[in-house]
Amino acid sequence: MDLAAVVILDILYSIAVLVLISAGLAVVFGMMRVINLAHGEFMMLGGYTTIVSVNAGINIYIAMLIVAPLVVGLIGLVVERVVIRFLYGRLVDTMLATWGLSLFFIGAASMVFGNTTTGISTPVSGFTLGAYQINGYNFFIIVVAIALVIATYAVLRGTRLGLVARGTMQRPDMASALGYSADRVYMTTFFAGSALAGLAGGVMAPLVGLVPTWGSAYIAKAFITVISGGASVIVGLLSGSVLFGLVSQVFTILFTPVVGEVALLIAAVILLRLLPEGITGRFFRGRL
Amino acid sequence: MAGSQATGTLWVLLAGLVVMFVAPLVLETYTLTLLVIYAMLALSLGLIWGYGGILCFGQTAFYGLGAYTYAIAAINIGESTVPALLGILVPAIFAAALGAMMFYGRLSDVYLGVVTLVVTLIFFKFMNSTAGPEYQIGAARLGGFNGVPGFQTLNVPGDPKAYIYDRSLYYVCFLALLIVYMLVRLLLASPFGRVAVAIRENERRVELMGYDVRLQKTLLFSVSGAIAGLAGTLYASWAEIVTPGMFSLGQSAEIIIWCIVGGLGTLVGPMLGAALLGYLKFSLGQQSAIDNSMILGLILVVVVLVLPRGVVPSLVSLWERRRRRPSIRAPRRRGRRGEAPDV
Amino acid sequence: MTISRRTVLKGAAAAAALASPAFIRNAFAEDPIKLGTVFDISGIFDAYGKPIDMAIRLAIKQINDAGGLLGRQIEHIGYDTQSDMALYTQYAQQLTRQDKVDVVHGGILSASREAIRPTLRKANTLYFYNIQYEGGVCDANCFVTGVTPAQTTEVQIPYTMEKWGKKVYILAADYNYGQLMARWIQKYFKDNGGETVAVEFFPLDVADFGSTITKIQTAAPDMVYSALVGGAHLSFYRQWAAAGMKSRIPLASTTLGVGSEHLVLTPEEGDGIVVCYNYSPELDTPANKAFTTAWGEMHGANTVPNIHELAVSNYQGVMLWAEAVKAAGSVENAKVRAALDSGLAYEGPAGMVTIDPKTHHATLDVHLMEMKGQKLNVIKSFGARQPIDTQLVCNLVANPDDNQQYEIKI
Repeated sequence: MDLAAVVILDILYSIAVLVLISAGLAVVFGMMRVINLAHGEFMMLGGYTTIVSVNAGINIYIAMLIVAPLVVGLIGLVVERVVIRFLYGRLVDTMLATWGLSLFFIGAASMVFGNTTTGISTPVSGFTLGAYQINGYNFFIIVVAIALVIATYAVLRGTRLGLVARGTMQRPDMASALGYSADRVYMTTFFAGSALAGLAGGVMAPLVGLVPTWGSAYIAKAFITVISGGASVIVGLLSGSVLFGLVSQVFTILFTPVVGEVALLIAAVILLRLLPEGITGRFFRGRL
Repeated sequence: MAGSQATGTLWVLLAGLVVMFVAPLVLETYTLTLLVIYAMLALSLGLIWGYGGILCFGQTAFYGLGAYTYAIAAINIGESTVPALLGILVPAIFAAALGAMMFYGRLSDVYLGVVTLVVTLIFFKFMNSTAGPEYQIGAARLGGFNGVPGFQTLNVPGDPKAYIYDRSLYYVCFLALLIVYMLVRLLLASPFGRVAVAIRENERRVELMGYDVRLQKTLLFSVSGAIAGLAGTLYASWAEIVTPGMFSLGQSAEIIIWCIVGGLGTLVGPMLGAALLGYLKFSLGQQSAIDNSMILGLILVVVVLVLPRGVVPSLVSLWERRRRRPSIRAPRRRGRRGEAPDV
Repeated sequence: MTISRRTVLKGAAAAAALASPAFIRNAFAEDPIKLGTVFDISGIFDAYGKPIDMAIRLAIKQINDAGGLLGRQIEHIGYDTQSDMALYTQYAQQLTRQDKVDVVHGGILSASREAIRPTLRKANTLYFYNIQYEGGVCDANCFVTGVTPAQTTEVQIPYTMEKWGKKVYILAADYNYGQLMARWIQKYFKDNGGETVAVEFFPLDVADFGSTITKIQTAAPDMVYSALVGGAHLSFYRQWAAAGMKSRIPLASTTLGVGSEHLVLTPEEGDGIVVCYNYSPELDTPANKAFTTAWGEMHGANTVPNIHELAVSNYQGVMLWAEAVKAAGSVENAKVRAALDSGLAYEGPAGMVTIDPKTHHATLDVHLMEMKGQKLNVIKSFGARQPIDTQLVCNLVANPDDNQQYEIKI
């Protein structure tokens, strides 16, 4: 019984991690049709921002929930102004340019921080569930992921900003005719996507040994989740995360972490073969 | 047009021969061999991407598969001729199967990219986790992260003691590259190749004209897999070890960067891109002042922004513009990647 | 007596060598002796490689400052393999073919050693692998100055069993080191009447150990042994502590600390973990004090805490080679090997290093340690332990042409 509870928690945690690491990419891809391959490195920068802030004496929650998203969002803003805005509408070129950026950030981070693993401890203590000790931080991550999905939905659905953003994505010409600057909307969206990546990096940082190449372990997973989810921002993100989180965790528990990862990848291949437009390309069409 | 293309190919072959003999005067053949292998790998992607419009994110799957096939077969067989042939054949068959799965499923664009990327990742993860003694093919241990060392390297066919290494391996690799280049040119000049280019330009229209687009793409993909497999086989013989790193994302990224920097829609572009960037990376590896992935990253960003067509097509069109200045207006040719002529 | 131009020059050089400062001496002396190195100085293994590189440079500087070897200076030719196993063969080939070095010290992971060992053997270039590893390499051209399981784990396991119990859960990195190390741990547990409940292997990029921690709890062992390697695997200790497991099941490791990980982990995460190595920064010997002082002078006092087991054993490896060159009076491979085979010894920061001619491994002191407050505190020391694991299978005196890595059977 305890074991069942622990396993369910493990699966929820695995889904939450996928939601967290893919959210920024999903916003940028779903809204702007831009695939940001530097997403993993944005996470990595978020992680380093958190560690540096904590070492500078800032409260860990403020560091990962506020400082990291802000700093990475600003970096994203610069990237959008300097590189991305020249490449709108050229999907492959944006992928290549952001791939270049990802290499650049890895190199830059290695020069600044060195490759030596650094880290901070988790702020939540473990607790007991029946005969098992559980990492309390896993709960925190699940909570953050849920909050994030609700917040994104609320912003896109409920606010004027979300309405304008959605409108601009569908018909930029109409939006500008109504007096909204499409340029500014793109900028804001990219800022939001980068900030989400920063948040993911910040929240994950205490769990892992952070190195400059850390992001590349996640980019493939995030990329696969988002593409398989399809174009809808929230439904796509959720369906992709749930499916892959479930598959990989079940196989990890039954066999080993490697089998789990390979199962995730094979599931992605089968899924895309059956649904070439992703999950939301077939089901939930037109949802957010 | 066909005539000018033929002369173009001849010029490239001639230039290639000259480079083959001059380059060893400047650089160690040991390094040069690697650059030649990179050039062949870039050619394999340049063919499907530039001429077939297929952006494959996992060209390393075939490269690594070729190398592993060669290494495993060489350990079991001992003489290198059959392993080398297998090293080309197995990736070709695998590419045909993967291509059939994707193209008959009408995957395109980003989705195709994801599937190829995922397949490479599966290879990478799988090979990395085969360190245990249970992963054994014949006499060959897969070795996991360590890779497979200690196999028979290329020898003169029929004589296992006559190793081809060092300088002779360099010439073998270079000649192989020139032959592959010539064969690819012939293929592109054939009706098959022309249909491939037509598919790149407008898939729907070609389909309506009655061609089987799916079959065409699958075959082209398989040819590219064979070339990448050959590159992998030569690499295995050069490095004397094959490791899962051959399947890595970083290696995949590099091939794409070579093609983009060199120029798509040409064959010479990717090859030159590979040789130049390969050399750059090699020289950067010998210093530690600046991190070398930072430089490669910057180059990629700048090229995408400033020379989206790549270095070679940009140079060629610049040169053509100059040459044709006397005429009032140069005849324009259609092409998605600009007016890059076939070289 | 005929006096050739060469002898005159030699005499002049000798005179100059006595009288002039180093930079002039360089210009006149014979060609320098070339010492080649290949290490992962950047990339995910740089926590191991960077201090190793510093240690090697310190050793070379000390030898050169003392007048070099055989009147010749040592030139260091080093390549950074960027934690990429494929670059090892490439740079090893370059060291032997292009740079034509006299000796190579290199390799950190066992994977990298197995990649370059055949290359160096073929090229007849003497090779030193100065890293603690899983044992079993039997190659006359390859000298190993690091500790093997029979030297460390064999004393570590009885100690931990007596302290904690009989049942063990083993976590290991999924490549040759981890695979073989896991078998050694199983063997020693069995020999001492213990039991292995499970063995799990992790590729080097795995950083999420959540489900493993659940599995360990289900298996309920008396202790966990870890042979995890590299930066990503460090997450395990973090997640273990975060789950509150520290107080429930004790940990022992065969790798933690060799890359100064005890400084990266907080005391809450690291305290109480039992390890066993050849070197501890806390060793209170004159040789160790002299070493750390010299290190601080060359690389800065702030880098002294980075000194770790692997750095020290590489320093000892270079010094041992230098002793052998002096004894042989030559840098020729066969002569240096003969000198090393004569049972050459050198006293380094971690104690006496003596070459065992039968296995080309080293007899070393080992120390059982417990992590406490980001320090490796010595609990118990064992003098002059022989590499008996390799001695069981390898005899280079009887079979000088042997060339393989023996694997332990259980």
